[in-house]
This record gives sequence, C-alpha cells and structure tokens, in this order.
Amino acid sequence: MKMLNHCSIDFTSIPENVGFARVAIAAFASQLDCTLPELEEIKVAVSEAVGNAILHGYRNKPDKIVRVTATIYKEGLEIQVADEGIGIRDIHLAMQPAYSTDPERMGLGFVFMQSFSDRMQVDSQPEKGTTVTMFKRIGLRGARARTRAN
Amino acid sequence: MENITNAEEAGTVMQVDIEQKQDTLLVRLGGEMDFGVADKLRKALDNELVEKRAKNLVINLSRVTFIDSSGLGVILGRYKRLVNSGGKVILVGAQPQVHRILELSGLVQIMEEYPDETVALAKIV
Repeated sequence: MKMLNHCSIDFTSIPENVGFARVAIAAFASQLDCTLPELEEIKVAVSEAVGNAILHGYRNKPDKIVRVTATIYKEGLEIQVADEGIGIRDIHLAMQPAYSTDPERMGLGFVFMQSFSDRMQVDSQPEKGTTVTMFKRIGLRGARARTRAN
Repeated sequence: MENITNAEEAGTVMQVDIEQKQDTLLVRLGGEMDFGVADKLRKALDNELVEKRAKNLVINLSRVTFIDSSGLGVILGRYKRLVNSGGKVILVGAQPQVHRILELSGLVQIMEEYPDETVALAKIV
C-alpha cells in the first residue's frame, strides 16, 4: 500500500488525552472526505483504544506515554495505538464481548474497535506493552485526497 | 447546573443538570461522555441518588455529542443499581450518533427509551 500521509502523536497517559487523541485523529482523517458516521466510528475506535492503553496497559499511571499514529493510504486509514504497559496475557479472552476486568465497564472496547474497522490486529506481550492496529477502508470518497497526492 | 471537568486545568467537557421530581432524578447531560469524565460523572450521580433518595433515573442525552464504552458503563452501572432496588432508568433524546452506540451496546434493548422528558416522567408514575 502506498503511504500518502502520516502523523504520530505521543501524549501522557491521562484520561483527559482520550478526547484530545480522538479529535486529533478525526481531524487528520477528514483529509479523506470521510462521511460523518465514518468520522464518528473513528472517534469511538480511538477512544476505546486509548482508554484501554491508559486503564489496562498503564493501570491509570499518569506518567506514561501513549503513542497514536495514523497513516493515510490509497485504500484507507490505518490507526495504531501503542503503550508500553503491562500487556495482555490472553488476547483472545480480552477480545470477547462483555469481558471486562472492571464491573463498571461494559467490555465493549474491542467490540467497538472491531465493528468500526475493516481489519484489527492486537499485538501484545506481557510486561512489554500492547499495540492495536486498525485499518478502515474509506471508499471512493477519498478520491480527492488521493488525486492530490498522485 | 454542575459542570464536570476532567482535570483541574482542563476545560469543561461535560455539563450535568440535575432536577428532582418526587422519587425520580431527572439528569440532563451535555458534552462528551468518555473515559475522561466517567469517574466523576459516576460519583456525581451516585451522590445525588443517595442524597435525594431517588428510586428512578431519567437521563436526558439530547445534548450529549459523543459516547464511548466508559460512558455506557456509567449508564449501565446506575441501571443495575436502581433496577436491583425496584427502580427504573429511562433514556431520553439521544442524538443519532449516540443512539447508534447505545444500540450496538444493547443498552436500548434492556432500557426504556422515550423521545422527551414529559413522556419519560409520565411512564414512571
């Protein structure tokens, strides 16, 4: 896939940055002429991934770094959310709907990330961290950005 | 009207307006219901429920512009708590993008939902 544009943002692992991250990535994604529902889906997916990184990866420690990168390809948008936290021991279990380590959360984070992207991959190693990669096809509407780049 | 900010230095991201109607709390929320405000919102609602001895909760979501699973968790947590003690939680007026998330989560399948506050309050008495 040919990369057309890329951005990378590092920020501290505080809950306030969940809103910042989703707005920043949605602004970047808007270069692709996404529909409003697509932008909403991107925002929810980024919120879930960043929220997981802070809450589960770093267990709410506020002095860690979350890295969010977004890359525009001819075919669509790739978003990566990475932490260097505790990692996930059983990715398969963590991705089950309604699985949650916190009774007040719904265990829907991965469900939303999966529903709102065309491909999702989770790479995680205990004590090393977790990287969630999501790819979303942004159909023909992205033609304007691609034509510019070509 | 109470404002819930997600950090001492950060701007206001969620507005909370609470009114008591007999044994029901009518809560009008505005802004973004995400991980950044979930804890404070949860505590604010729980405090009011205890203080006002409310049995039911009507949540007006018409000014909520964004919700993620943390925001849904706040609603679900209050639902479990009130339903266990014989009360009701009713949702009102979610915008389309918020409603879609409520649908995907299954919350609207288990909770009552009405287009406006008057109808919702009438369903409680």
